Parts: sequence; structure tokens; C-alpha cells
Amino acid sequence: MDKQTPLYSRHVALGAHIEPFGGYLMPIRYGSVIDEHLVVRKGVGIFDLSHMGEFRVKGAGALEFLDGLLTNNADIPVGKAFYSAMCYPDAGIVDDLIVYRLGDDEFLMVVNAANIDKDWAWVMSHTGSFDVRITNESDQTALVAIQGPKSQELAALLTTVDLDSVGFYALARGTVAGRQAIISRTGYTGEDGFEFYISAEDAPSVWDAAMKAGEPLGITPVGLAARDTLRLEVGYVLYGNDIDHSTSPLEARMGWAVKLSSDKDFVGRDVLRRQKEDGVSRLLVGLTVEGKGVIRHGTELFQVDRRIGVVTSGSMAPSLNVVVGLGYVEKACSKAGTKIEAELRGRRIPVTITRTPFYTAGSRRQ
Amino acid sequence: MSSIPGDLRYTKNHEWVRLGADGNVTMGITDHAQELMGEIVMVELPLAGQDLRAGQSAGVLEAVKTAEDFYAPVDGKVVAANEALESDPGLVNRDCYGEGWLITIHPSNPSQFEGLLDAGQYKELAGE
Repeated sequence: MDKQTPLYSRHVALGAHIEPFGGYLMPIRYGSVIDEHLVVRKGVGIFDLSHMGEFRVKGAGALEFLDGLLTNNADIPVGKAFYSAMCYPDAGIVDDLIVYRLGDDEFLMVVNAANIDKDWAWVMSHTGSFDVRITNESDQTALVAIQGPKSQELAALLTTVDLDSVGFYALARGTVAGRQAIISRTGYTGEDGFEFYISAEDAPSVWDAAMKAGEPLGITPVGLAARDTLRLEVGYVLYGNDIDHSTSPLEARMGWAVKLSSDKDFVGRDVLRRQKEDGVSRLLVGLTVEGKGVIRHGTELFQVDRRIGVVTSGSMAPSLNVVVGLGYVEKACSKAGTKIEAELRGRRIPVTITRTPFYTAGSRRQ
Repeated sequence: MSSIPGDLRYTKNHEWVRLGADGNVTMGITDHAQELMGEIVMVELPLAGQDLRAGQSAGVLEAVKTAEDFYAPVDGKVVAANEALESDPGLVNRDCYGEGWLITIHPSNPSQFEGLLDAGQYKELAGE
């Protein structure tokens, strides 16, 4: 049975197309996917991301515990966040996630909705003798995001927190529309933006306040369809599409979030080290369709008569008006500029390997 | 609630079919279908002269997030495909029963048209 987020009734009232996603009934689009996409590129859009999972990790062993579980370095300053993969011993990916350091001994892991149960079991099976207390707060936590170049202008109407002091991948605690929140400058769109972690019961009032305050800025609710085209245009991976247990973070070009040079030990390290030394045989690349056709997850890629890979995400890119995608290809074919072909219903169309992000004019801060 | 013109026939695949004075049939997708799919960004049409069987895939509609085949409603030969959709696939959304038509078929078995759903039956099928 699919769950509803605390904002479900808002989506129904807005006439959203609602479909199950990751175990939740989520708004896929409210009206036009293209309009919702472009609003985030030019103004500000609001997203209900309450389906995401939140695990709080507390205790004297919290840092050490996470460092043993995650590919990225967990020892970051309090008030900052990092992106990481969490791997199996075979280097396949359990999930990709964002981790916030809320205190010396307190972290918040934010995981993909579809993986909440799997991740929870995985995390809990590694606690061993660590001094940690882990709570699954997914059902009690709502997440409202505002994304787009006008996000800060809107956020300033909702909070007294000094937003200029909240850098990219940093967080502050304060109130949003009078409700306690973690306010972070994070997102999945390539634009500047904020994510508000609030309690589930506060979600409707925060949503309503943001919609009202954002009216003069042209705020628009944005569904998961546009969230997907937005992330694809900037080359961000989506778990279940581009990465999963069968892919390694090095194949997915997430090497920057895999710390192999330090003495940090973590699940999957040995296999990842070997992959790094020997080199991986395939790589995730950007794909631009030169002919007519839309590549989708599962579309096969060829160089002359040889199958060299497969598309993992593909869509028309509303900001660019071309069809783009992500996919794995043999390493020898992975150089930007390489001409390959996609097979669509028995027909071959030309595709060029392209460096990501496809869309480079985003307002995201560095 | 979507529009379902009373003078057209329909298929279970949410296509409408119009019988012309010349005996040819023109088809497109219904308002209900275009609303469900969202913005059509590309249309793949069959070539004129192609023979199709009823229920056979005649082409593909690509929305931002999904792709759907459309199917020949009757047996016959494709006599025209809507070339305006090449440059403006959004016509399917804006005017699905008019400028957004997909193909015209010369039926080889004209009695098949009478076997298609009428507006009342389609309305029921579409849940409206």
C-alpha cells in the first residue's frame, strides 16, 4: 500500500497527476512538465520531497560508524553536508545519499524513498559494537524544497536565518514560516535552492506559507517529472536508473565521493581499490541525440555492429531542446565527442558522447 | 473532464477515428489520452503507402517522460500522415481532434469501422 506524504491533500487540490513512486503517492506533474522545469531554471519552484528517508545517527561512535559505511569522508565540519555512496562489499551501490553533520556526534542521513527499508536494514546490520543510536525518522519528517535563481529571495521571506551565511552544502537551524527547520542549501536541479527539513505536522503550514510568499515571484509547484529532467540536464545520477547494486561508484564517475587514498576503511573499499588500480571496463557518460528519437532507460548503444553499452536515463531536455541521456559505455568509447548510435525500434540514430552537465547556466553556487 | 465528440468512433487504446466522405478514415488520440500523456515532444509517423493491420503499431508518440505507440484502428494502407507534427508535435495536445490528427488510412475492410466503439462506449471506458 503506497503511503501519502503530509502534503498529499495539497497535491490533490492542485489537480496534480499522482502516481506511486518509491512507495509513496507522489505528484508527477501539476500541469506542464516543461513549464515546471523552466520555472526552476528562471524563477523558483517548490517541491514536496517528503518521500525521502531520514535516519538520525547519534552517539560518540557516530563519526567512526559512518566512515566505515560510506565511501566519502564523514569527518566534515558541523553544519556542513556531503554527498556519498554506500556500497556493498562487492562495490555495488546500496544507495546514494546526503549526510548532514548536525553536531560533533550527530548526523542526518537522507536516503532515497524506494531504498528506505533496504537501507535501514543495511545500516542497522553494521552497528556492531559502535556507540551509536540510530532512529528512522522518515515518517515524522517532511521535506519541502525551493529551487531556482529566486530561491533565496523567497527563503528570506520565510526565515530570519542569515541565508548568505549558509553556503552550498551547508545548513542552518532556525524557523521557516514559524516552524522549526533544518535549512540547507542543497538540491538536485543545478540551481541555487534550499531544502527545509520539518516535522510532518508542520508541512502543510510551511507549504502554504511558501506558496503565498512566493506568489509575487511566480512560484510554481513542481512534480517529480520535472525534477527528473532538471537533474538529467545537469548530469546527476538517479538511484534505480543510473546506479544500483550492479554498478560501482567508479563506473558511475562518482570517484570524487570515494576516498581511497586515505587510510579510511569502509565497506567496498578493497574492490574499489582494485577497480581503481586496474581501471573499470565501462563508464557512465552523457549522451546527446543528434537524430530524431528519444532514448530511454534500456535503449541499447552501438558502435558500428558492436553493442557497446546501454542508456540508463534519457529525455527531451526542456532547457536545451535536444534529447539527452546518461548511459554506460565501454571505456574505450567513453571520450567526449565519440560518435555512436542508439537503436530505437530497429532503427539506428546518431548519438554523441557529451561531457556533463549538459546545461551549464544554472544558478547553483559553488 | 475531457472532450469526447459524439460524431467520432473510438478504440480501446484511446484513439479517435473519423470516416471521411471518400471512405478513408483519419485517426488521432483522444483528449483523455493527450491529457494523460502530457506534452508530446516528438511523433514518429508511418510512411504513406505502408500497409497496416488493425491493432498493429502505426507509430510512436513521445512525451517528456513516456513513449506510447498508437495503433491502426482498421486494416488498410496509410494514405497520409500529418507532417505538421514533425515541426510542431504540440498540436496533438492543443487540438487533438483537429490539427493534431495523426494518419489517414484507406481501409481494406470498410466494415471494421462499424465495429469501433461509439462515444458512449468510449466514455465508459475512459471512466468519464
